[in-house]
Amino acid sequence: MTKETLFKQGAIWAFIAVELAFFTIAGDFLSTSDKSFMDFDNMLLLLKQSAPIGIIAVGMTIIMINGNIDLSVGAVFALAAVVMLDSMTWPFMAALGDWAIPLAWLFALTTGMVLGAINGFIVWKTGVDAFIVTLGSMLGYRGLVFMYNGEQPTSHLNWTLVDFAEAQFLGLHTATWFFLVCVLVLWLVMTRTVHGRNAYAIGNNREAAVNAGIKVGPHILLNFVIIGFLAALSAVVFYSESGSVNPNDGMLYELWAITAVVLGGTKLMGGYGSIISTLGGVIAIQLLRKGLGHIGADTETVNLVIGLILIAVLILDRQLNQKGKQELRT
Amino acid sequence: MAGLTKQGVAGFLAKQGILVAFVVFMIVFTLANPRFIDIDNISGVVRSSAILGVMALGVTFVVIGGNLDLSVGSMMSFSTIVVLDLHDKIGPALAIPAMFALTLCLGAFIGILVGYLKLNSLIVTLGMLSAIHGLTLTWSGGKNMDIADKEGTWFAVFGQGSILGIPTPILLFALVAAVLGIVLSKTPFGRKIYAVGGNGTAATFSGVPRARVVFLTYLVSSLCVAIAGLMQASRSLGSQNTVGQGMELEVLAAVILGGASLLGGSGTIFKTVIGVLILGFIQNGLLLVGLPFYVQYVVTWVIIILAVWLDIAAKRGRLLSPIA
Amino acid sequence: MSTSVTPVLRLDGIVKTFPGVKALDGVSLTVMPGEVHALMGENGAGKSTLMKVLGGIFAPNEGQIFIADEPVQMTSPLQAKSKGVVFIHQELSLADELSVAENIFLGELPRKSLGRVDWLTLYDRTDRILKTLNVGFNARTRVGDLSIANQQMVEIARALTVDPIAVIFDEPTASLTDAEKSVLFDVIADLKGRGVGIIYISHRMEEIFKITDRISVLRDGQYRGTLDTAHTNEDEVTQLMIGRSLDLSRKASSHEVGEIALEARNLSCGSLYQDVSFTVRRGEVVGFYGLVGAGRTEIAETIFGLREPSGGEILLDGQTVQFRSPIDAIARGISLVPEDRKGQGLVLGMNCRDNMTLPQVGDLVAGPFVSDGAEIAIFDQYRDKLDIRTPGWRQTVGNLSGGNQQKIVIGKWLSMHPSVLIVDEPTRGIDVGSKAEIHNLIRDLAAQGYAVVVISSEMPEVLHVSDRIVAMYQGRIICDFTAETVTEDNLIQAISGIDPRKVA
Repeated sequence: MTKETLFKQGAIWAFIAVELAFFTIAGDFLSTSDKSFMDFDNMLLLLKQSAPIGIIAVGMTIIMINGNIDLSVGAVFALAAVVMLDSMTWPFMAALGDWAIPLAWLFALTTGMVLGAINGFIVWKTGVDAFIVTLGSMLGYRGLVFMYNGEQPTSHLNWTLVDFAEAQFLGLHTATWFFLVCVLVLWLVMTRTVHGRNAYAIGNNREAAVNAGIKVGPHILLNFVIIGFLAALSAVVFYSESGSVNPNDGMLYELWAITAVVLGGTKLMGGYGSIISTLGGVIAIQLLRKGLGHIGADTETVNLVIGLILIAVLILDRQLNQKGKQELRT
Repeated sequence: MAGLTKQGVAGFLAKQGILVAFVVFMIVFTLANPRFIDIDNISGVVRSSAILGVMALGVTFVVIGGNLDLSVGSMMSFSTIVVLDLHDKIGPALAIPAMFALTLCLGAFIGILVGYLKLNSLIVTLGMLSAIHGLTLTWSGGKNMDIADKEGTWFAVFGQGSILGIPTPILLFALVAAVLGIVLSKTPFGRKIYAVGGNGTAATFSGVPRARVVFLTYLVSSLCVAIAGLMQASRSLGSQNTVGQGMELEVLAAVILGGASLLGGSGTIFKTVIGVLILGFIQNGLLLVGLPFYVQYVVTWVIIILAVWLDIAAKRGRLLSPIA
Repeated sequence: MSTSVTPVLRLDGIVKTFPGVKALDGVSLTVMPGEVHALMGENGAGKSTLMKVLGGIFAPNEGQIFIADEPVQMTSPLQAKSKGVVFIHQELSLADELSVAENIFLGELPRKSLGRVDWLTLYDRTDRILKTLNVGFNARTRVGDLSIANQQMVEIARALTVDPIAVIFDEPTASLTDAEKSVLFDVIADLKGRGVGIIYISHRMEEIFKITDRISVLRDGQYRGTLDTAHTNEDEVTQLMIGRSLDLSRKASSHEVGEIALEARNLSCGSLYQDVSFTVRRGEVVGFYGLVGAGRTEIAETIFGLREPSGGEILLDGQTVQFRSPIDAIARGISLVPEDRKGQGLVLGMNCRDNMTLPQVGDLVAGPFVSDGAEIAIFDQYRDKLDIRTPGWRQTVGNLSGGNQQKIVIGKWLSMHPSVLIVDEPTRGIDVGSKAEIHNLIRDLAAQGYAVVVISSEMPEVLHVSDRIVAMYQGRIICDFTAETVTEDNLIQAISGIDPRKVA
């Protein structure tokens, strides 16, 4: 590993360290509460709150490494949630008692995978850019959410489910476990499997990949199925606890997920990025949210700060990658 | 001979397919419900599409120039909130130019980042989406913004008024479309936008100031957003902070539906207007035949994919992509 | 060479035509096991087309390919590789974010259960290949961190993953240092020792005579003969390549040359080129000749305001100028017809007229609007002058032939009435007929008093159009010749870095 790659991959963690230091110190002067920012419970809660966007961001990372993008994840998230909560009210499901829970999850996750597969298949077979395909399905899937239950919220509270969702194991919340397991599994997939390495190759140099005989289509399809699955999993984790979904839920999640992924250093053009860095990106954003609240800044400024940081990262990246004065001025 | 005609038809469809689809669509819905073609109905549709439409006109400039603008939705919220807030503080006559100036500053900022610093437009405008949203919330303190004296202000004229019987939003939409259409198709600036979007390197090699052209497309986009914000504020005389949320992608959908390629260099104002109207009429037509509003989302999805797919298929000469 | 040995590779009577051009006209080539067979010819002679036929990228119109005397149909480079025929291209085709090992086995990573990559096997096999290449990097290095030369080695390593029966090297030494070259030659010797047949494409005589056994020459898509390297010399090969028929001794211009229009003094641009000085007079064509990467294009780009020089100065009509962008250069009467017609010269999706008037569209106005009449007048004028064949100005430029596209670019710049015209690879990818037209045009422009710079990798072209020729090698000007004194041998020496005057 050269110094340069070390710097690139370490940047997001350095940023997190700076955030922690800043909010801890600034908190001492500005915070109205007595609790320190680095409070252990506070950090655990932070991880839990990162989970829904985080799980989606993990999927977005592999999609972007592959050279695509998925704008429909928010709608997939909502539709999977609706399917999960609604399915538990079906008569045969109600008769199953708590056994309905895994089945409801299965329905939700299958929904996510099918929606992802539709995106992936269209991208593969039509050759239309993933940006446009998923921009369309973002609208289309959202329409399906509404068609399912009109403008009404879909609710079903199952206490077993809520207990499960609120449980803590080894100090970490259920949602946190799901998030961390996703990070671990997808990290293994991207770094250890043939599919993962080929996905990198396709995003990095598609022509070279094609020339080397890599079947580009199936890899794209699989990655869209995975992000569909993860968007649904995120919904499963979140709505098991809340028990009620509005048809507009999950809107703009795609943009938050992309922000976290880009902050983590994954390249929009594909071929470069890591799941672990995305974990950093997700945590950095959540820290910022909580930190600004902690020092008494308006929660409104969070969006402003995140947006400006994203742009600052981009400028920095460009400065670092500039080849100097010999570059062609185009 | 037959081959020629066939080619001619295919060529025409490839070029004007969206227009044909529009006409077919209008006929089908008119047959389903004759009220669809009613002048009041049409006027209603255009009027309700006007805000989205004006924003789409500006984004058309950006997209032809080879970039994206995801910030227009949150920028429109900003304009709306700012002009409503200033309305009561400094009066509408000053509030409007002040709001325009602030919105143009935002556009100029994006233009500098994408044009002169050559940053990726998708990420820059994604960041600006978030940042401007934060700016709006900071401005308003997170509260809804309302004009105190809703009856006694002339400010309502841009959203609710009419001139010679034609609603002002329609007039504004038509005016902006006409002006921008002429700028794009008739002026040197318009030509340079196509060149920069079509092949930025070749444009540079031909002495076209690429950075400045890109910068100006974002300025045009923010000008359109300011006009849209004015119409929105004037129509409702009160607003939430999130009034434009999600519109960036609907706007983009309209522009793509109109046939502009996201790669840049193609698209026209006329086609974007058609794209906007198709979205508007789908919504309206489905409502008129008794379907709920959200069915339009699904229909729009199918139409966008089909439109872009057929466009690509016509260019590559085969329906399915050759990807293995 | 005994006839009882089966050739590893035999191409027999290959014909390949493109609309309007016969790129290959009955070319035959036989490669024996353990032979290094050079394929030579000027740019455009058909070498790369022949290799694309061999790689299955183009299907031949006539002719047959045999591998070990078995007739085969080539459908793709991948299929060729499976038959033991591998290509090492000049342009790299690597995923630079991935490791050396992953690149070498791209598309065929060894697997374990659950779709996992078998890293042990991967690194083991990679290390074994790298060992034979004797390189200074290991299997886990990220390809993006390697030098261009080492990336080239990765490409070569890729060819060795199969047991090749024939390996084609396409200009492999273009970006290598001498030390790296000797490693490459060792690899080739090793392959040769294993009985692999090698086709070696290169312009560099010195290498050809050092490592090859036989030399086959193509000219204008036709097979011109095969020579035993041991029994021939550079002159003989050069004559086959260039042909006797071509009039090589260009007569000096019949018109007077004028004042110095463009001058470079000790111009440098970082590592791209150093300490370059030359002058161009009005009414004169100065040819820049050298191999790809010698720095010629970069000099043109600097003069045109696209690069910032790191030292030296540019003078225009005796005045020092500094350009911050092409806009400044154009304003001072400099025009550049760029090397990459499609990437830099034209907006392919725009029509002919709009492309032609692009640099001056801001001036062709009536009030705030572009004047249609003025634009069409310019288009018509240069269409007639340059004999551009197009159905009309509305035609999309992307639909024109290469020759007509190039004339649009030339028309674009002539309509700006420049004082200095720089033309980079004016006839690359253009059919023979249009080539002659463009050459005549360049001569005419000089006669009209333009100062013209022609950059070319084709020797006949440089010899044909230039009054003076500047030879470059690795970022430096080696020497310059006048049309009266130049010989092909001298030119070939000069672009290999040898100053012929010093040798003599």
